Amino acid sequence: MQRILIEQARVIDPANSIDRTGPVYIADGKILALFEKPDGFEADSVIDASGQIVCPGFIDISTRLRQPGQSHKATFQTETKAAAAGGITTLILQPDTRPVIDTPAITELVKELAENSNYRQILPIGALTQNLDGQELSSMLALQEAGCIAVGNGGKPISNLLVLRRAMEYAASHDLLLIYRPNEHSLSNEGCAHEGAFATRYGLPGIPETAETIALSQCLELTELTGCRVHFGQISCRRSVIKIQQAQKYGLSVSADIAAHQLHLTENDMKPFDSVYHVLPPLRSEQDKLFLRKALTQGIIGSLCSDHQPHDLDAKLGAFPETEPGISALETLLPLMLKLVDEKLITLSQGIAALTRNPAKVLRLESGTLTPGKSADICIFDPGRRWQVDRSTWYSKGINTPYWGETLTGRVSATLQSGKIIFQGVFHD
Amino acid sequence: MSHNLQLNVEGKLKHFLTIDGLDKALLTEILDIAESFAEMSGHHVKKVPLLRGKTIVNLFFENSTRTRTTFELAAKRLSADVISMNIATSATSKGESLLDTIRNLEAMFVDMFVVRHGTSGAAHFIAEHTAPHISVINAGDGRHSHPTQAMLDMFTIRQFKPDFSTLRVAIIGDILHSRVARSQILALNTLGAAEVRVIAPKTLLPAHVQTLGVTVCHNLTEGLKDIDVIIMLRLQKERMTSALLPSENEYFKCFGLTPEKLEIAKPDAIVMHPGPINRGVEIDTRVADGPQSVILRQVSNGIAIRMAVMSMAMQTQGAV
Repeated sequence: MQRILIEQARVIDPANSIDRTGPVYIADGKILALFEKPDGFEADSVIDASGQIVCPGFIDISTRLRQPGQSHKATFQTETKAAAAGGITTLILQPDTRPVIDTPAITELVKELAENSNYRQILPIGALTQNLDGQELSSMLALQEAGCIAVGNGGKPISNLLVLRRAMEYAASHDLLLIYRPNEHSLSNEGCAHEGAFATRYGLPGIPETAETIALSQCLELTELTGCRVHFGQISCRRSVIKIQQAQKYGLSVSADIAAHQLHLTENDMKPFDSVYHVLPPLRSEQDKLFLRKALTQGIIGSLCSDHQPHDLDAKLGAFPETEPGISALETLLPLMLKLVDEKLITLSQGIAALTRNPAKVLRLESGTLTPGKSADICIFDPGRRWQVDRSTWYSKGINTPYWGETLTGRVSATLQSGKIIFQGVFHD
Repeated sequence: MSHNLQLNVEGKLKHFLTIDGLDKALLTEILDIAESFAEMSGHHVKKVPLLRGKTIVNLFFENSTRTRTTFELAAKRLSADVISMNIATSATSKGESLLDTIRNLEAMFVDMFVVRHGTSGAAHFIAEHTAPHISVINAGDGRHSHPTQAMLDMFTIRQFKPDFSTLRVAIIGDILHSRVARSQILALNTLGAAEVRVIAPKTLLPAHVQTLGVTVCHNLTEGLKDIDVIIMLRLQKERMTSALLPSENEYFKCFGLTPEKLEIAKPDAIVMHPGPINRGVEIDTRVADGPQSVILRQVSNGIAIRMAVMSMAMQTQGAV
């Protein structure tokens, strides 16, 4: 197997509190050593990473690759390339595919699609209930055995609390992680934007914060009752942060993530009726954004995700409420994290931890670190490189991003997965 | 910003989608032009050749009688060829997308679309995607905007009370679902009204209604004090079944405009309603047909306002 030497890099590995410059030695798909040359190491290839940062490959805890079922929107082929270009080496898939990931057979199908795309680490979340209907429990243990990393609701409401309780009890019995995006359907109703000044002005049906916080509160109560391990996905508002912080202080083992765009965009950034801003949970208020930022700084919320949802053009072509929600976001994840560093909100090491060690810890993955002996999942990026988001730089099949046409800072120059180079940037300047 | 979508490079009206983003001068121009058309309505010959040879398509994805008829009449008095299409019962029910419907009609050499649609933002969407020579007039989209209705209301107010800066206006009823109310609030604030007051139970107000620049009141008796203009909104029957209100009776008791309640407002206050009215639900018959009611004047004024807006939008395309 190939031996790779990465030279001249600033190596940041939050899991081992490393931030220093020196070489990285890779052999047989694993990290062999950092900084000290192992005896007899002869590199087959050398990556010159001067001026660059080397860190563990990113773990994206919420993505949708649209297969099976919606390959007109995106495919494993296109989206794994986008992930590699974004420095992401592990993709966690939401279960709301068509059909839903609620049987071992669909899980197998997902694994097969992953293998054919030559991207090894695609880990599905199994549906908590059959067809995500919130009625009957899925065969969680079978899903776990087939390769599901956790179980989740995929953002779909579970209105019957007895079902949620039983599902959490069952998951807890098998020590399965529940990834739960809180959403009380009767309150979110047919909403398509944050219930704030923007929705009021433009006459858009609103989604109140309470649609999230009430579902979150119910799940927190059941967390204590059932002892289930719970991770809350795509938290969007101030009072959710307060509730999660209270629960953590109280001793409940709960974690959470935020979609990166929620830390930068609010309802004030929305252009009237521009469907690229149609996303769920919706872009909230300035105050919510500030609270989410604080939650990340203070470690109340540990992980950042892309919440990647690529769409075909037709899905976004229509009157705003009639378009499909979601942002294509794999490739903007790193620049959006770096923007937080640039704004002095977090350190670079904290930012990298939110994309590596922290989600790895939640998911109990061995990756997310550069510890010798671990799989060589590595992202090498140039934190100062500016690039324009357009057809020539974009890999995802979905171009539904509010950043289209904008210039972002921070670009991946190479991505390694199990010691194999899966992306290498070609820059012309 | 997509507001500028309505204006051409010279700042003239190209589409008429919303009051939002239009300044006082432009709104006043619409009112002034409408006034000249209103005078014409009394003439023996009611037609002018301003839009001769132009084709206007009324695209109604939602049912309407009053608005569609006044748009048709307005177009005919401007000498345009006009076709009204009730899309609610044709193309889209066959699964055709909004964009495809528009594209097909474009291919028939249309010059203007008048659009009513049940979804907020539909008129913006059509204006953004239609061919550059076509003007779009919003005849109501979802809960968002109904700018010609708001302007005909402003026109009617001005006929009775020419100085907006001294006016206190109350809008009463279902503000939450009302595109009319949103447009009226924007127009009144742009024209410099002293106060816009919304009066409704919390269930019928948007969560952040004060951000629109209004004062909020939940009690009709208190809310009508010092009011010069009373605008009643239609209450849809289906609001009763969606847990927004307990009953029509209770609504009428709290928010229905009766002669007794009307006495609380200024003695010369006028009473308006965009129609169609629900007698005994939001308004007492004695008030609707009473001396202070200007409801039918609103309807007649609708033609003049629509003539004004249509001719202005076409003018920017070198039609005149």
